[in-house]
Amino acid sequence: MLLTIILSILALSGLGIILGLAIGFVSKFFGVATDPKVDLVLELLPGVNCGGCSRPGCADFARALVAGEASPEQCPVSSQEAVTQIAQLLGMTVGDLEKKVAVVLCGGDIHQTKVKTLYNGVNDCISAMQIAGGPKSCAYGCLGMSSCARACPFGAIEMINGLAVVHNELCVGCGVCVDTCPRDLIKLVPAEAKVHIYCSSPEKAAVKMKVCNVPCIACRKCVKSGEEGQFEIKGFRVEVNYDNFPGEDIVEKSGCPKNCLLTTAQHLEIERNADKEENAV
Amino acid sequence: MNKDLKIVSFKGGVHPPKDGKILSKKNAIQTAPLLERYQVIVSQNIGAPPAPVVKAGDEVKKGQLIAEAAGFVSVPLHAPTSGKIEGLIDIPGPMGVPAQAIAILADGKDEWAELAPPIDWRGADAETLKKRILECGIVGMGGAAFPSHVKLSPPPDKKIDYMIINGAECEPYLTADHRVMLEEPEKVLAGAAILGRAAGVKNVVIAVEINKVDAINAMMEKAAEFGVGIVGMKVQYPQGAEKQLIYAVTRRKVPTGALPADVGCIVQNAGTAAAVADAVRSGIPLIERVTTITGEPVVTPGNWRLRLGTPISAALTFCGGVKYEPSKLILGGPMMGFAQRSIEVTVMKNTSGILLLKKSEITQYESNPCIRCGRCIKACPMNLQPTVLSQLTEAGKFEETLKYNVMDCIECGACAFTCPAQIPLVQHIRRAKAEIRNRSKKR
Repeated sequence: MLLTIILSILALSGLGIILGLAIGFVSKFFGVATDPKVDLVLELLPGVNCGGCSRPGCADFARALVAGEASPEQCPVSSQEAVTQIAQLLGMTVGDLEKKVAVVLCGGDIHQTKVKTLYNGVNDCISAMQIAGGPKSCAYGCLGMSSCARACPFGAIEMINGLAVVHNELCVGCGVCVDTCPRDLIKLVPAEAKVHIYCSSPEKAAVKMKVCNVPCIACRKCVKSGEEGQFEIKGFRVEVNYDNFPGEDIVEKSGCPKNCLLTTAQHLEIERNADKEENAV
Repeated sequence: MNKDLKIVSFKGGVHPPKDGKILSKKNAIQTAPLLERYQVIVSQNIGAPPAPVVKAGDEVKKGQLIAEAAGFVSVPLHAPTSGKIEGLIDIPGPMGVPAQAIAILADGKDEWAELAPPIDWRGADAETLKKRILECGIVGMGGAAFPSHVKLSPPPDKKIDYMIINGAECEPYLTADHRVMLEEPEKVLAGAAILGRAAGVKNVVIAVEINKVDAINAMMEKAAEFGVGIVGMKVQYPQGAEKQLIYAVTRRKVPTGALPADVGCIVQNAGTAAAVADAVRSGIPLIERVTTITGEPVVTPGNWRLRLGTPISAALTFCGGVKYEPSKLILGGPMMGFAQRSIEVTVMKNTSGILLLKKSEITQYESNPCIRCGRCIKACPMNLQPTVLSQLTEAGKFEETLKYNVMDCIECGACAFTCPAQIPLVQHIRRAKAEIRNRSKKR
């Protein structure tokens, strides 16, 4: 009995010693040196692996930062504070960050834009685009099948009335949604820019008016009431110049006849109310 | 049935129990009356669209060149009637996006331009024949609109020993090729022989599904005169798909990513053969084609010889209009045709059918989860696993679909047709294919 106990104690401790030595040997001679900084940086990063820095995830971005292949402000999600901390840790200097948010430049929800055909298939914008360009009559408008909303790692895109609307307070500007839109409606813009022209169609005004109630008809009222260079005329539509964007008062000043020049808050409000009206009916 | 007829088939596929051919197969080809205005879509062939050579105000004669080939994979376009060019306009296109078209105001005289001289094809060399086929704007009239002269010019290292004329017409409802083979067997046979000569092939075979016995018999009578063989094929969709047809006739399998020429075959459509016969023997360019106008809602379904640029709305009036409002308009057959949203789309070189479907024929479905019955796998003529491909696509694993040979899919729709859960399998697969093509382009 006693012998059994002693034997098993000896056997187990012997085994423990041998394996311990083996582990020690392996870690000494085969170990991969990691920079402790990588872990420190990783802790400061948001850790959502959104891919906004164009790297597979936060861990790889941290490694790239320490290796000097990237700079901290490439992470669109981190706050200014976190970026400064990372920069300090790595002995870098960063300039002021410009926070960006996504905006879907289309105001054609199901009430405003006619649906030309019945679509009966996969609920995905890219798939729908492959079938005769999608069911919407505007060939440039939001298809409303929430491909971008599903792709957003932060749940910042809401589908209201068949239109994708970005919630600015949730959007971190990672840009994942930009690539999912087959109609290239989503733009990354400075978070300070609150006014947008919600139309991306390059068609002539007459064509747009046939299919949509709220197109930009390039009347240039906004261009005239704004300061020089705040808007860019691009063919048959006007675009906000996001390098020199106008303030929120421009909406009232210009009196956009088609209601496509809106602040983000107004746009959201309109979509919400349209929904309510429909429910009331 | 003729006892000498060999009957062949591929493996897999589906056969819709009610194929709708009964509506129009007994009706002889009728020639459409002259319209006042034609809108000829410029881009009618796969490859580079031809470049218009006429401008507004020009007077043209019937059969005159109005757009010239722009590159090797491109064919010229000819005026469907004599009259005045109104100009280049945008009209609703067959793919749902606006298409550029040449509008011609007919003068009612329908005068022919000076045509190219007839060629004695029995003595002509291959180059002369190919040149004529190109000049007359001949494309594959079965649906793909691939320029015929390109198919006839395979790389010199590929030895071609089979010319297969596709008379399968396996799409439900369509009967245009059937009527052409029945009413103009001599033309189809001559076209087949000419195509064989142009490709330097001795073995010319016309393959016809055995639901067209009358057409087979009509061609059998004269086949020997032209040195053309005829084989029958089992009635099974997609018997007329290029790779399936080659397998059925020659038992050769076209490998992944390879072309028919790699296994020594060239496939041309029966309607194309008839057009080739006209082009070579009479110098007539491709300005009209036989199209089946059919479907339950059509008052008198039939087969019509329509000129290019005929609006669908006008084509339907030839048939007496519709009995009631149709729910769907398809150019081509119901399996692989394209649903249209406008009746102002015009007839093109590859418009094999104009099909109207009624409400009860359109299923508005919700797709259910896969029940793993394996019917799609059994039906797939390419031996793919549509269910796996669609699941991978839904998960966004496009690279993975390559391992399952997604690019082999011919989009015949047999899997989606047979799926009891009504999963839009083909749409998923098309998405994956598009995604893979985009990615390889970016690289």
